[in-house]
Parts: sequence; C-alpha cells; structure tokens
Amino acid sequence: MMAASPVLHDVRFGLPQPRTFERIPTGISAIDTLASGGIPRGALTEIHGPASSGRTSLLFAAMARVTTNQEYCALIDAADAFDPASAAEAGVHLSRLLWIRCGGNAEHALKAADLIVQAGGFGLIVMDLADTPPRTAARISLASWFRLRHAVERTPAALVVLEQMLNAKSCSSLQLELRSKEVRWSGSQFGKLLHGTEVRAQSCKHYHTQSATFEAHR
Amino acid sequence: MSYACLYASGNPALLLECAARFSPLIEQTSDDAVIFDVEGMGHLYVTPRHLAEAIAAQAGIPVNLAIASNPDAAQHAARGFRGITVIPPGGEAKALAPLPLNLLGGSPQTAEILYLWGIRTFGEFAALPPMGVAARLGQEGIDLQRLARGEGYRRLRLIEDSLRFEDEIELDDPVDLLEPLSFILARLLNDLCARLSARSLATTEIRLRLTLEMAQPHEATLRLPIPMRDPKAFLKMLQLELGSRPPSAPVLKVRLALESARPRTEQHGLFIPLSPEPEKLELTLARIRSMVGPGKAGTPEILDTHRPDSFRMVALGHGPLSTPAPRTHMAFRRFRPPQYAQVRLQSGRPAHVSNPSMGGPVVSCAGPWRTAGEWWKPDPWSHDEWDVALGDGGVFRLYRDIATERWFFAGSYD
Repeated sequence: MMAASPVLHDVRFGLPQPRTFERIPTGISAIDTLASGGIPRGALTEIHGPASSGRTSLLFAAMARVTTNQEYCALIDAADAFDPASAAEAGVHLSRLLWIRCGGNAEHALKAADLIVQAGGFGLIVMDLADTPPRTAARISLASWFRLRHAVERTPAALVVLEQMLNAKSCSSLQLELRSKEVRWSGSQFGKLLHGTEVRAQSCKHYHTQSATFEAHR
Repeated sequence: MSYACLYASGNPALLLECAARFSPLIEQTSDDAVIFDVEGMGHLYVTPRHLAEAIAAQAGIPVNLAIASNPDAAQHAARGFRGITVIPPGGEAKALAPLPLNLLGGSPQTAEILYLWGIRTFGEFAALPPMGVAARLGQEGIDLQRLARGEGYRRLRLIEDSLRFEDEIELDDPVDLLEPLSFILARLLNDLCARLSARSLATTEIRLRLTLEMAQPHEATLRLPIPMRDPKAFLKMLQLELGSRPPSAPVLKVRLALESARPRTEQHGLFIPLSPEPEKLELTLARIRSMVGPGKAGTPEILDTHRPDSFRMVALGHGPLSTPAPRTHMAFRRFRPPQYAQVRLQSGRPAHVSNPSMGGPVVSCAGPWRTAGEWWKPDPWSHDEWDVALGDGGVFRLYRDIATERWFFAGSYD
C-alpha cells in the first residue's frame, strides 16, 4: 500500500514569492474584512468613486486609526477640500497631521507626494485627487505612479490615492470602489436631518471582486 | 598652567574664533593678540608642539603662536618670534632673552632710563641685580624685570562671550545670479554653524540681509520649528527662499545672522511609533512651500470660533493627542472658495440647484439652519444652511448668505 503523498504547494522556482503586507485597519469591520485586514503598508491603494460616495469618510476612519496610534499622517490635498473640523469629529488627531494644500494643481500634488514619501517617517500618506477632474488626473503618467509605488515599497507607509476614476491601475495593490447606496435622513419633512449614508464598497484585483457595505453617520 | 597666545594683525574676530575652539577662557589683550588657557589640552595632543600646530592650522592664516607657562611670557614670545614658539616650563628667561626691550611695555621714563643704561634686550634687563633695579626704578622696575625673566603670573582677564552669531561679506563685484551667491552663503553658513557647534548650540532662526545695488535691502527670515545646525540644509532652504522670492537687484553685501538656541534633545524608544525626522522634514517642507506657496503646508489648528472653515496652519508638532475616539463619521469636503449656486425654490425649499460644474433636481433636503456670528466685527456672517441630495447622488451643503441673498455650495458630504 502506497503512503499518501504530501500536498505540494504550487511554487515556481526562480520567481519572487507574493508579498505580504502589514495592514492599517480602518476600524470599519466590513472594509477591513474586504481588504484582508485594512490598507496595506508599503503599497499604493486606490479609493475611487463619484462625489458623495463615502471615499473621504473611509479615509478619515483610516487617518483616525493611524493618528490614534501616534503615527503621523500626510494629506496632499490637490483641490484644497480638506475640512479640519470634519476630520477632528471623525477622530483624526490634527496634531499628527501634515496637510499640504496644492490649490487645484495636481502636478504639485504629485511632486509633493514624491517628496513626502522620500522624507519618510509617516504611517499614512494620502494623495487626495477626489475633486480633481478625471481628465486632469488621467494625465498623470503610469511611469509616475510606478515611481511612487516603487518609492513607497521601501517604507512602512501606506500610500492612499482618493480619486474619481482609477488612475494607477496595475501599480496599486488594493483598489476600492465606493458607491453611495442610500442617503439616510431622519425626522419628518420640517424636522428632517441628514443622518448618514450607506456605502457599498467593492474590491477588485486580479479579476476577483468582493463587496461590502458600511454606514457613515453624521 | 599653560597658556597660548595668538598674534596676527588685522583680524581680531578670527583670532577670537580660533581661540574659542580650544578654550572658553580667553583674554583679548589687543586687536592683534589673544591669550587663552590651554591647560589640559595635553591629554588630546602628544606634545605642546602638536597642540601649537593644531591651533595654527585652525587659524587658517599666518599667525605667531606661543605656548608658555604664564600669559605674559606667551604674549611676549608671540609678539617677538615668528611662527610657533613653545617655551618649556622653567625656560622662559632663556627663551625670552633675545627679545627687544620695546616689547616689554612700561612707562616712557623707565624705557628711556633703560635705554641710557644700554639695556636693549629682555636678557640684558633680566641679568641686572634686582636690588639695584628696585633702588633705581622702584616697583615698576621690579615688575618689568620679572616679566623680562618670564616669571610674571596673573589671571586672565576673560572676555564676555556675546553669543552673537552674525557674519557678513562685502562683495567686490555685484552678484546677480543665485549660484555664485550660494557659494557665499555656504561659506557664511559653514563658519556660523562651526561657531555654534563649538559652543554646543543650534539655531531656530536664520536672518539674511542682502544689500542691493540701487535698491532697498532684501531681507529674508527662516524660522525653524526645532533647533537645527545643518549648514547644508540651511543653504538649501535659503536657496529655495531666494528662488521663490529673488532679490530685485544685484547683491553688493551679504549679512547672515543665526539666533542661537539649545540643541534639541530627544529620547527615542524601541516601541515609540515612527515619526518624521525633524531636520529632513523641515527641508522637505521648505521644498514643498517653495512649490505650493508659503502657509500652504503645516498642521491645521481649529480656531475657537463658530465661523465656518476657521483654522490656522501651524508647524507639525508633537503635541498631545486630542480626546475624540475614531468613529465612522460622514465626512465633509469644503469648496474653497464656496461655489456660487443658482437655486429654484418651491414652497420656500430648494427644488433645483445648479452651477456650471454641478447641479440637478433636489431629491431630498433638510434645513434651514441659521448660523450667524461676530456681528461686532467688520466681517460678520449670517447664513441659512441646507443639506440637499441631488438626483445624481451628490449630497451637498448649500447656504444662502442673508446679507447678499445669494446662494452658495459650501461643500459636499463624502
């Protein structure tokens, strides 16, 4: 009788093994499950979707986690749209945040991101192109994204890009597409209040799509 | 005890700087001579000659240098002999003997008497019988003869360290390009940072003043959030500053001043999370500010007011963490400046909003909420705010300015 042969993993000799990333949990359990534990460090993550799709809410959740852990966060704000009061309400510790306001210039944002990645010492680096017109963001060459990915690979920082459409494509390790599922209101017509929004997140990488929903409350 | 005397004409500041690198105990006897205490330096240098050579090399210009067991012997030797002179303890009288008597000082009357006696050198004066000198020249004669023998001992009259780190260079020809000016700035910065380093100090402020040809002086001030002492980083910061705000005319004179401060001390720990290296970050921010503009990079600090979008930018610090715990909050994105909106009302509520870049029918809305304040100031605000959801899924904050009756998009919820 022959003994059962041990299971051999499909390892190809001479090829690099897939990287495993340390993750930054966002604190939103649905997203952390979807993204295998959170936003990967040493990699580029794209969060994309139309306006009011919950991109910034997800970002603030991650920033809050990072700054609570006494790490530093850099926000390169291409359209100068960051609202410090809203971030503080989400639990972001502003004293741990470096905010770079690029006044609508995406090229400056790209250069600033490059410099910040090179400077090192940040746990999370965010490039906010969410209000940059998709045609302008699409002008950033794939070579630039590749260079950014290569630069961040050697650091413990997670680089997150907020945008309307995917731009970095194959350079990003995680792509999250967000859509607003439902806007929640409370109260009657004259005492109505904006309560929050239900967001549907979809992760698509290597032809594998998963989705999850979470709620952001006002 | 051991003392060194540096003698060179025409550059008192350089002599003081050179002396300060070896000792904090310095006496400036005149514009061309400084005496300083080098006792204990024998632990660092094999022989006094090695020490003397190191001091002469540090001066960088031809100097007369003498090391002796007392300040006056060192001074007389430095004034009288070229180059380096090292007088061993007990050998002062012999070493000083050939020096001319005019180096000894004293009153003109005493000098004249000694001249009439035919005394021309220290050695000849030292050989006179002390009792006879005392009888004929009094106390002054006794003191001078002791000096001539190299026996005088006194304490140094120490200079007060002003701790002013300023330097300037006047240019032979006007400089109208940044690159040649950078060389001059580098030289000044290297010197000033070396002076800071010699006193274990750093700087928190760099002030540059450029005297221009036929124009008002150009001034620039770099304020550093932490004490630094890196001339290369300072040079890059000044280059970025001058590149973004160049002088209006060719430069005739460069003056640089550093504000001294105690260096930063920080205890790192194994388990403390990573943070940006302050010196590197400051240089990075200087590069970014030169690109995006001053005041556009920093940490936001919310002001104590109800006025919408009130904050100020401060330097990235290591302040304590604020109290709120992380939560999934519906984030708000601001439009800076607020975007003008055309609003069609129905029953007093927004029914359709539009502007060139966004708009559509209002699906749902909540409001109005009036916010107003600071009526006592020249720029009060008074708004009626609405939250509106549009047909395309966008959720915006809209407000009507009470004073102008105009509508604006304040931002979007995201």
